[in-house]
Amino acid sequence: MSESHNTPSAVAPGSHGDHPVDFNSYMRRCAGVFGVVVIAVGLMIWTSYLPETHLGWSGKIAIILVIASFNAFIVAGFLMHLISERKMVYTILGFTVSFVIGLFGLTFYAMTDFPKHTVIH
Amino acid sequence: MEIPYTVEARPDTGLYNAKVGIWLFLASEVMLFGGLFSAYVLLRVGAEPGTWPHGWQNIVLGTINTIVLALSAITTLMAWVACKVREFGKFKFFHACTLLLALTFLCIKFVEYSEHLNHYEIKLTDGRIADGDMVSNDPAQDHVVIKGRFDKTEMDLYDLRAQKEISETEITIPRSQIESMDNYGPWHNNYLALYYTLTGLHAMHILGGSIVIGYLWGPGRKLWKKDPERFTNRVEVSGLFWHFVDLVWIFLFPVLYLT
Repeated sequence: MSESHNTPSAVAPGSHGDHPVDFNSYMRRCAGVFGVVVIAVGLMIWTSYLPETHLGWSGKIAIILVIASFNAFIVAGFLMHLISERKMVYTILGFTVSFVIGLFGLTFYAMTDFPKHTVIH
Repeated sequence: MEIPYTVEARPDTGLYNAKVGIWLFLASEVMLFGGLFSAYVLLRVGAEPGTWPHGWQNIVLGTINTIVLALSAITTLMAWVACKVREFGKFKFFHACTLLLALTFLCIKFVEYSEHLNHYEIKLTDGRIADGDMVSNDPAQDHVVIKGRFDKTEMDLYDLRAQKEISETEITIPRSQIESMDNYGPWHNNYLALYYTLTGLHAMHILGGSIVIGYLWGPGRKLWKKDPERFTNRVEVSGLFWHFVDLVWIFLFPVLYLT
């Protein structure tokens, strides 16, 4: 790395972007995230064993996927620092989300898109 | 010639170049796994009622792997934090933990694959189906031995969770009575094809990430002495990839093991 590139905008040691980095506070944050993840995994397993008479099969899957999404939000938000990222990252993710929605939209559309006179058993 | 923006942020993006690069790469990875997940949805919803397997996976091993991967995501982050506060000894410790956890994950996956590949469904000439773990399949002998049970139809094999007690005994089957024999590999049915494709691709990502982390922990650490800030950025970029791999597993576990 050339000295000429050490501009004032360079990230200072012991900082993340505009935020200072403290080892102990990160340890506490990580312990919290790990605890939440373990509880969420436990909740998913417990939900999967619930009798289907209460929720139905699709209801159970929906709840499990909601818990999984919450789990993913915690990991992405706190471990990947997505809750405090630059606009560029959000832009990239925005495009990604729109493409994924399109991909799944086409999948769901294809489920009912049969040629005329198709016999469904 | 020096590579620009390896440490300082580009004025237009607000990020150093490798970070923009890894996020673009992760976006392409989302599309890759998204395509496979949509294939799963399509095949699952299109399956005849009662023909999609339930309870075929070992939930205990899956849960252990989920915890192992979550722990490795934390050790990866702490390795980056250690670099940020200039404590190289802690960095080495946390990244060694990450590598050990990655190895543990892959070992557990290997055990799971081995269990499946040793599990056989044997159709007999009298119409019955024998299902269980292979005990003996010596071509020199005129019989095979499995530890499992007999079922009348294939439908009995799909929903193992609904069956409270499954008694397994050692069954000897003469080869003359075997119509077809098939182990639980990716060729067995759509569910297992998707299971091996998704978890296999994920395991390859674990392996690839481990190689990068191992490089940073081993020969790549020379950069720390020359340019610690650039080295720290490399650790951050590899960490972002590792967290993505953890995110994928967060969805793979419930989809393949629990639902």
